[in-house]
Amino acid sequence: MKNETRVEQKSDREIVITRTFNASARIVFEAWTTGELMRRWWVPKSSGINLLSCEVDARVGGGYRFVFATEPEPMAFFGRYLEVSPYTRLVWTNDESGDAGQLSTLTLEEHGETTKLVLHEVFPSAEALEAGRGAYDGMPESFAQLDALLAERMMRA
Amino acid sequence: MRSVAGSLIVNHMVQLSRTAQLDAAFAALADATRRGVLEQLGRADASITDLAERFDMTLTGMKKHVGVLEDAGLVATEKVGRVRTCRLGPRQLDEVTAWIDRYRQMWSARFDELDQVIEDMKQKERSQR
Repeated sequence: MKNETRVEQKSDREIVITRTFNASARIVFEAWTTGELMRRWWVPKSSGINLLSCEVDARVGGGYRFVFATEPEPMAFFGRYLEVSPYTRLVWTNDESGDAGQLSTLTLEEHGETTKLVLHEVFPSAEALEAGRGAYDGMPESFAQLDALLAERMMRA
Repeated sequence: MRSVAGSLIVNHMVQLSRTAQLDAAFAALADATRRGVLEQLGRADASITDLAERFDMTLTGMKKHVGVLEDAGLVATEKVGRVRTCRLGPRQLDEVTAWIDRYRQMWSARFDELDQVIEDMKQKERSQR
């Protein structure tokens, strides 16, 4: 049984994503801060998009850079880490859209055998959030594929 | 050239009006009474007088709330004789929440893969012990 992913819009410029994992905070934190591990989950296989490279230097002042094989040219997502507190908190910027990028804060809370993850995304303005949202409006095809895949998995389960 | 610039401008205008509409919808939904009114209208159409009574509010107060919902397209009103009847408007909540669903689907897919990575990490640690 999979844990549920919750997404809530807290205001016109804030989104909060929550999910519980069946592992210690240390393991979840490592999966978020190690390039080799991130490349295995950041781009779901079902999206059909290939990751060309994935560099992660999870230190304050360090950065990350993901490059996707998109047409007509590759697309890069990048930013800097502002706070790196092992196993509890990670804060980074999203700089690919210039000043319109959101600030992401990840917090991990261990509860016995599980870890609750909260990802808080704060956009600089309501317009920036709307622009970010546009990216999802433009992806109906890949999500339709994803829908099909998820439905298929659910049938099997 | 001109048509490209023209379509860019149209896109921009559509984008602006969509933003304004969504802003109005979010603002309208930020109030508990207005959410209650929507819930009520989901069950049955009602006059402003009915709604004012149900929510224990003055007629003027309820008119204001209905006005905000109407501007956001969430409620439509029609005046017949001396009674103004309210019903759910052309814009439904679905439109506001549709993109959140897509966003959730993306994160959900990512996290399902992350579960797999985490299982592998746990397995590896167990075997090293």
